Amino acid sequence: MHADPAGVLTGAHFLDGDHACCEGALAAECRFVAGYPITPSTEVVERIAQRFPQVGGIFIQMEDELASSIAIAGAVWGGKRAMTVTSGPGFSLMMEHIGFAVMTETPCVFVNVQRGGPSTGLPTLPAQADMMQARWGSHGDYEIIAVSPNSPQECFDLTIKAFNLAEQYRVPALVMMDECVGHMMERVVIPKPEEIDIYPRRYTTAPLDEYLPFAPEEDMVPAMVRAGQGYRFHMTGLTHNEKGYPDMTVSGQARLLGRLVDKIKKHAVALTDVVADQVDGADAVVISYGITSRVAQKAVQGLRAKGLRIGSLRLRTVWPFPEQLIRDLARNVRAIVVPELNLGQIVREVERCANGTRVVGVPHAGGTVHDPAVIAQAITEALR
Amino acid sequence: MSVENPVERYLRTDRMPHIWCPGCGIGTTVNCFTRAIDESGIPMDRLAVVSGIGCTGRVAGYMHVDSFHTTHGRAIPFATGLKMAAPDMKVVVYSGDGDLFAIGGNHFIHAARRNLDMTVICVNNLTYGMTGGQLTPTTPEEAIASTSPYGNFEHPFNLPYLAESCGAVYVARWTTYHVTQMKKAMKEALLKKGFSFVEIISPCPTLYGRRNRIGDSLDEMKTYKTRSQIKNGHDTKDVDLGMGGPIIVGKFVDRERTTYQDAMDAFYTRKLGDRYARASQ
Repeated sequence: MHADPAGVLTGAHFLDGDHACCEGALAAECRFVAGYPITPSTEVVERIAQRFPQVGGIFIQMEDELASSIAIAGAVWGGKRAMTVTSGPGFSLMMEHIGFAVMTETPCVFVNVQRGGPSTGLPTLPAQADMMQARWGSHGDYEIIAVSPNSPQECFDLTIKAFNLAEQYRVPALVMMDECVGHMMERVVIPKPEEIDIYPRRYTTAPLDEYLPFAPEEDMVPAMVRAGQGYRFHMTGLTHNEKGYPDMTVSGQARLLGRLVDKIKKHAVALTDVVADQVDGADAVVISYGITSRVAQKAVQGLRAKGLRIGSLRLRTVWPFPEQLIRDLARNVRAIVVPELNLGQIVREVERCANGTRVVGVPHAGGTVHDPAVIAQAITEALR
Repeated sequence: MSVENPVERYLRTDRMPHIWCPGCGIGTTVNCFTRAIDESGIPMDRLAVVSGIGCTGRVAGYMHVDSFHTTHGRAIPFATGLKMAAPDMKVVVYSGDGDLFAIGGNHFIHAARRNLDMTVICVNNLTYGMTGGQLTPTTPEEAIASTSPYGNFEHPFNLPYLAESCGAVYVARWTTYHVTQMKKAMKEALLKKGFSFVEIISPCPTLYGRRNRIGDSLDEMKTYKTRSQIKNGHDTKDVDLGMGGPIIVGKFVDRERTTYQDAMDAFYTRKLGDRYARASQ
């Protein structure tokens, strides 16, 4: 299926990442956004508020992030593609409804334009310190999908991708931006609607009395339903059976959680989305994501100019973590360097997969980006 | 000859028996609610019930309509998204006093302010039943709860007054003793355009009645009968609930205000003219 032309602003634009994210949502046929203003994500909803009344979308500014993050679930079960947008403190408040969306298999998108934390932290300055919160922030065991754009163009592209993956796997998909990509302005090319692929919601076609709202299809994902179709279905955040009724037994819990985790885990290879640059034959590889990948690139180029064999691997999809890819990579290099705007989060995942290969983190508390020289020095030392 | 129970078609009978204690009032409210739906003429396929967490939060799971058992306190914002996405659905939030007015209080006041077109039914049993009888924002002063073992010294909410001052267009209160009036109020609320609110004072003999020496459910009914005073149109400022004293019941508010959805449509039509694209269903 292709995008509805109504929401697609085809052409070349000069946009910041926040505005590009808004346009990505529009192109992805998002027609419901609930939000609560928070720096540095506010520009996303400001543009939504301006654009939506002209494209048949509904924007509501809710009373807080708890409300925003569940209003989108209500809208999804009413038939819309829906999104909410926030930053650190709001993301913390939304955790319960990320878990609710996982448990009720509600396809929806959460955008987090990351800033420095904890608490109020650095409202206007960048960080990448919510990456583990994105993975584990809600209580209980689950799997999630998260993408990390490194430019306004990717804020557009990966927001569309997040909507499509959310629908395909019936899972909340997180767009983990940061203040830098959110506020930097660059050329963004929006394709023609017929060039934008949309994964349509998989509505059930089962007869009214035979539909089981949580019975998985072959790919472990159940077909969707919306209110008013006559199915008179039930959904709950309690552990439930295929009918959607509470089933709070040991076996019911094992069955449901097993499927919720497996439907992502078993598709982890298909979900892997990385940009590899001169990784084959490299002595050291830098693994990065988001804005830090652009800073790291400068360090890598400098060392290559000096004759060092340095590869670069950029994660566009961070969760599920591309485990197999990193395991294979670790067998073929002497060292892996992981710069990130936090005090060591994704580096732990890399260490887990490195099987003894040297892994060096380049931590940064946030507030600005790394000095490329610091990353270059870390690479040099890692190869010593 | 078998006669079908008139409420059965509205219930998920495959989920019976329900979880509520003997003497609990929630089942009585559900019985009245099904009869109210029946009399309202709203088709079952056009009705959605949304609940939060707690004993009353289980109502959604027993209603044979599109039903949503959400998170603690957040039934109203879920219902907000649902109603805006599917405006031809009649959306009813059915939950308890702790869920709607402690953890969910912020959402209640804003939904009433916006005049979202939905009905909120609050079964007010003055306590958190599911977790063992703790203090809620409606527990009367002096009442014993598991977290106020010496009695409650907090001032409780007066729910009809709160609802009216925040903008609800329909506000009524009854007790589980007043089944006929309760059913009628629920029906009126279902058919009222805008944010309608019905409070039902309901017994929790297991965790509230016992601790406060009210007796069993029958004793509680007798209390409701003796203490209740029907005062339709009464000033909501004056309907506070105490441990003793009168329980003022009746229809307090029935007025007109533009709903959120209508206000949005009218406003954007005025501001944007032909450029306004109304959301499709």
